[in-house]
Amino acid sequence: MYKDLKSYLLPQYLIERDDYRCIRCEVCARQCAFEVHWYDEEEDAVFADESKCVGCLRCATLCPTNALVVRPNPTQPPPNANWTMEVLQNIYKQAETGGVLLTGMGCDKDYPIYWDRIVLDASQVTNPSIDPLREPMELRTYLGAKPDALKVSRKGGRPDLQTKLTPQLKLETPIMFSAISYGAISYNACESLARAAAEVGTYYNTGEGGLHRNLYKYGANTICQVASGRFGVHADYLEVAAALEIKIGQGAKPGIGGHLPGEKVSAEISRTRMIPKGTDALSPAPHHDIYSIEDLAQLIYALKEATHWEKPVSVKIAAVHNSAAIASGMVRAGADIIALDGIRGGTGAAPTMIRDNVGIPIELALAAVDDRLRQEGIRNRASIVVAGGIRSSADVIKAIALGADAVYIGTAALVALGCHVCQKCYTGKCNWGIATQDPYLSKRLNPDVGARRLVNLLTAWSHEIMEMLGGMGINAIESLRGNRLRLRGVGLTQEELDILGIKHAGS
Amino acid sequence: MLRGVNFRDDKDFSGCSIFGMMNVRGEKFNGEPVITAIANMKERSNGLGGGYAVYGIYPQYSELYCFHMMYDDQKAREETEEFLKGVFEMEGAEVIPTRSCEGVDDPPLLWRYFLQPRESVACEEEDIDDFVVRAVMHINVGIEGAFVFSSGKNMGVFKGVGFPEDIGRFYRLEEYEGYIWVAHGRFPTNTQGWWGGAHPFNILDWSVVHNGEISSYGINRRYLEMFGYICTLHTDTEVIAYAVDLLVRRHGLSIEDMARVLAAPLWTEIDRMPARERELHTALRQTYGSLLLNGPFSVIISNRSQMIGLTDRIRLRPLVAGRNGDFMYISSEEAPMHLVDDTLRDTWIPQGGVPIVAEMEETVEVPEAEEAKVLPLRHGDTA
Amino acid sequence: MRIEVDHHAGLPGVFMRVGDKVKINARQLHYRELNNMIKNAALEGTEEIVVDNVYGQRYIGSGIRRPVRIILHGIPGNDLGAFMDGPHIVVDRNAQDGVGNTMNNGTIVVHGRAGDIVAMGMRGGKIFIRDSVGYRAAIHMKEYRKFRPVLVIGGETQDFLGEYMAGGLVIVLGLGGRGKRRFTARHIGTGMHGGLIFMRGEVEEHQLGKEAAVAPADEEDKEIIRPFVEEYAAYFDKDAERILEGDFLKLYAKSHRPFGGLYAY
Ligand code: SF4
Ligand code: SF4
Repeated sequence: MYKDLKSYLLPQYLIERDDYRCIRCEVCARQCAFEVHWYDEEEDAVFADESKCVGCLRCATLCPTNALVVRPNPTQPPPNANWTMEVLQNIYKQAETGGVLLTGMGCDKDYPIYWDRIVLDASQVTNPSIDPLREPMELRTYLGAKPDALKVSRKGGRPDLQTKLTPQLKLETPIMFSAISYGAISYNACESLARAAAEVGTYYNTGEGGLHRNLYKYGANTICQVASGRFGVHADYLEVAAALEIKIGQGAKPGIGGHLPGEKVSAEISRTRMIPKGTDALSPAPHHDIYSIEDLAQLIYALKEATHWEKPVSVKIAAVHNSAAIASGMVRAGADIIALDGIRGGTGAAPTMIRDNVGIPIELALAAVDDRLRQEGIRNRASIVVAGGIRSSADVIKAIALGADAVYIGTAALVALGCHVCQKCYTGKCNWGIATQDPYLSKRLNPDVGARRLVNLLTAWSHEIMEMLGGMGINAIESLRGNRLRLRGVGLTQEELDILGIKHAGS
Repeated sequence: MLRGVNFRDDKDFSGCSIFGMMNVRGEKFNGEPVITAIANMKERSNGLGGGYAVYGIYPQYSELYCFHMMYDDQKAREETEEFLKGVFEMEGAEVIPTRSCEGVDDPPLLWRYFLQPRESVACEEEDIDDFVVRAVMHINVGIEGAFVFSSGKNMGVFKGVGFPEDIGRFYRLEEYEGYIWVAHGRFPTNTQGWWGGAHPFNILDWSVVHNGEISSYGINRRYLEMFGYICTLHTDTEVIAYAVDLLVRRHGLSIEDMARVLAAPLWTEIDRMPARERELHTALRQTYGSLLLNGPFSVIISNRSQMIGLTDRIRLRPLVAGRNGDFMYISSEEAPMHLVDDTLRDTWIPQGGVPIVAEMEETVEVPEAEEAKVLPLRHGDTA
Repeated sequence: MRIEVDHHAGLPGVFMRVGDKVKINARQLHYRELNNMIKNAALEGTEEIVVDNVYGQRYIGSGIRRPVRIILHGIPGNDLGAFMDGPHIVVDRNAQDGVGNTMNNGTIVVHGRAGDIVAMGMRGGKIFIRDSVGYRAAIHMKEYRKFRPVLVIGGETQDFLGEYMAGGLVIVLGLGGRGKRRFTARHIGTGMHGGLIFMRGEVEEHQLGKEAAVAPADEEDKEIIRPFVEEYAAYFDKDAERILEGDFLKLYAKSHRPFGGLYAY
């Protein structure tokens, strides 16, 4: 590779600075970890190297006089539906480096977002809508296996429950924080998630990077992940968790493993992941003890045994073509919770081609899995949690009506913390203090503030869910779960409607 | 066409009046008070459906399943009878006696059969009742133009399109005596009434009359499908009948626990209960959350020894109960109970989600020697 | 056993005029026939209308704007006195759902129990129920200028008493039990943002909606309710002083804008 190869890349963003507004405070220069802005004393002016800008908008957001406009570079190659600017830039990058294209966050391609093609019902006349502000409105959700039937005996009027339920997770709102590892994000971001989950009465997920000692106190609201790399998986970790999740795959990169570069393995991360400082942390693509469904069963029961059958075990897979059959196998293998992560699911780092081309939209996977489990009469034996592109309370409620018990939010939670979805998480230079281990950057995210922002988000979404439920005349979330009659499609083909199990609006 | 115009509605919904009257000693009485009471609530129905379930009417056949059938045409009847003869001993078959009556038009062919599952077929089945349920599902789903609207023992459902008092006269209900009478007047919002869509809904001994609309219908139905119940009628009432059958007959829950599934206490209440109850109620909601009937409803559910009134957990639909001596009443409104029982003083309004259970207080042997109510076979006597 | 229902107790609808009084037999009458008779009699300036054999006829007293006395023997149907504006109605037995729905003025006195949603959206006038009431009594009751509705309940209430209440006065006397009444209703005053509820007996915190505040009623408060307790006692032959001796709780809205912080702008 030639070091002096001239780059043909055009800046992705242009930065316009209104010199009249700019007061030379140098906030932008200090804030940008990509070193885009600098102040020139001689000229008494601030300049920018636009080629480095990733469009995270940290500078524009913090500029006290709104002097900055950061916008996509309008320069385009000759019009061509195939050879777009993005395609050309990718090729230049690869021609200049010979590398695999890397990116962060979820797939940004224009696949149909079915949430936006589904509308909800409301009660009119025949059935009163319920006013959620005053009437009771229940969002509490229990995740875990449910028996087919209950046996209750009564001795002299006193009930005696003969069927004991296996362990359940209790959620006060059907929204959890997706698996995001310490390593991919900063300690402060992890702490924000943990504290918010505890305050709201829901769960966050450690991802595959282990659990920092200081966060053990939030164990009751923590789902600890066991992934192929088994980082930080030890007895205390299993013990402290409320539930365990075996990660098979992830929506952003189905079928491939992960790689935390050695530079990011700081002392703290080394302690948490239990690997030497500075070594690469490699997550193999498969679990090397799971090559088949019966092996999955073996691991599920190993975890149950190790934790005295006190915790539900979740299994997370990326939504792929055959999800329905796979999910059925997972239930039969003993999974208490099935987590499905769709093609729009986020990541700290993934090869762009994988992220953008492998997997299926979560809406279709969810519908197919819920249908299949019902056809087989085993839907009650596991809860379904979906992830991958849940952007609002409307997405949540539609997911539940399609058949989910709860959702995981990842990107949305990070956005609440300040993320602007610049997709450069893999650089470790996140200006918002999220996807970084640089103490200078990560202290920008104060966990007090972060936790508050996340609690606010869940509170607001929960209220909105209650409003929509009330509008449908429903006062408990379980009455909407899988209740697809309260959904209609708009602008969908018959095939899509059939898969989603909903009718078209107007019919 | 039996199923009426085929609208593609998710389900139909209706506002309604319901009324039930039971003699808790099993003494039988005529239908006049019940017909009077349901007629008194005429404002709640619109002439597009009325019906009755009466218990104790076929004492001479008390061990046989009695199927009440609606047929579009003779072909559907022949096909059904052929199926029935294959799996049941048919001890009786006749046209259900009716009279022509103003306000009751275009009735389907109405027949009833007294059936005993054939031993050869039934012995392979672990449960005869399950077998009968499957036979009912088979006819309702599989035989075009045929519909079983009653399938219990020593009881029958009589229903159709019309005001309930007209339906009562149409079916000559003055000729029957029973110890539980449950009645329904319907106010559907959509189809021009299909005879099978009137209430009560019945499966085996369970009958359900219902007022209100169930917002959770979609999931209730999908849950029941996992247990082999096929909801053919697109009404939430059918779902209630199947849910009760599943919970009480198949899963063996008590009536109270069944009511706690259909109209679950709020989590805030469960959280305040003593440990044992809390555990039970939590488990009930966790396990049977998909059977919570959400939205406004009041129902009367009956079987051969019980009449149960229940409303949704925040009582969005009315229900009143009354007791006078051996008679128990459950009604949408208070006035009709007094209208038919002038000495009634003890009436009350139940709490939302708490069932009123009227139970047989002494098992009374059903007298054998009563005059047969089953009239001789007469073809084509439906109009 | 054969049960006969007497459909013809007297001649239906017979209209007897005795001086200023009119007597009607409502047996077998549809509500429209009955209410037309009552309205016509009221228009003719009748002072008192006595109706026998009332069984479920709806809307009695609706659409009348004169202070006529209407005495009902039996069980009137739903929406008794709905939108009513002046009459004085007395019921000698129980009443059904919707008594005084959106009532503007007048008085309803029930010598028995009433069903659900008594005094819903009531804006003026007074309702006295001797015994208990069902769900959602005084839901969205409101006051405006000189209109201040009053609902007095002798016994207790079921859930959602005073839901969304925006004004007016509700007094629940808790009579009929032994010892101090422990109310069982849940979700009392949920969404309350105006008006006052007085309850004679005990209510626990968890029974209240989160928008309702509670405090023991003091002497001044008792003066507010005194005239209405006295009126109740007079109708039903009770001892007002003894009732007033009891401990009352006062429920009031924590805020006139309980949902101000709900929205993101
Ligand atoms: S990378 Fe972010 S902070 Fe730096 S210049 Fe670009 S938008 Fe501004
Ligand atoms: S976490 Fe940081 S680096 Fe990643 S997309 Fe968001 S703002 Fe960009």
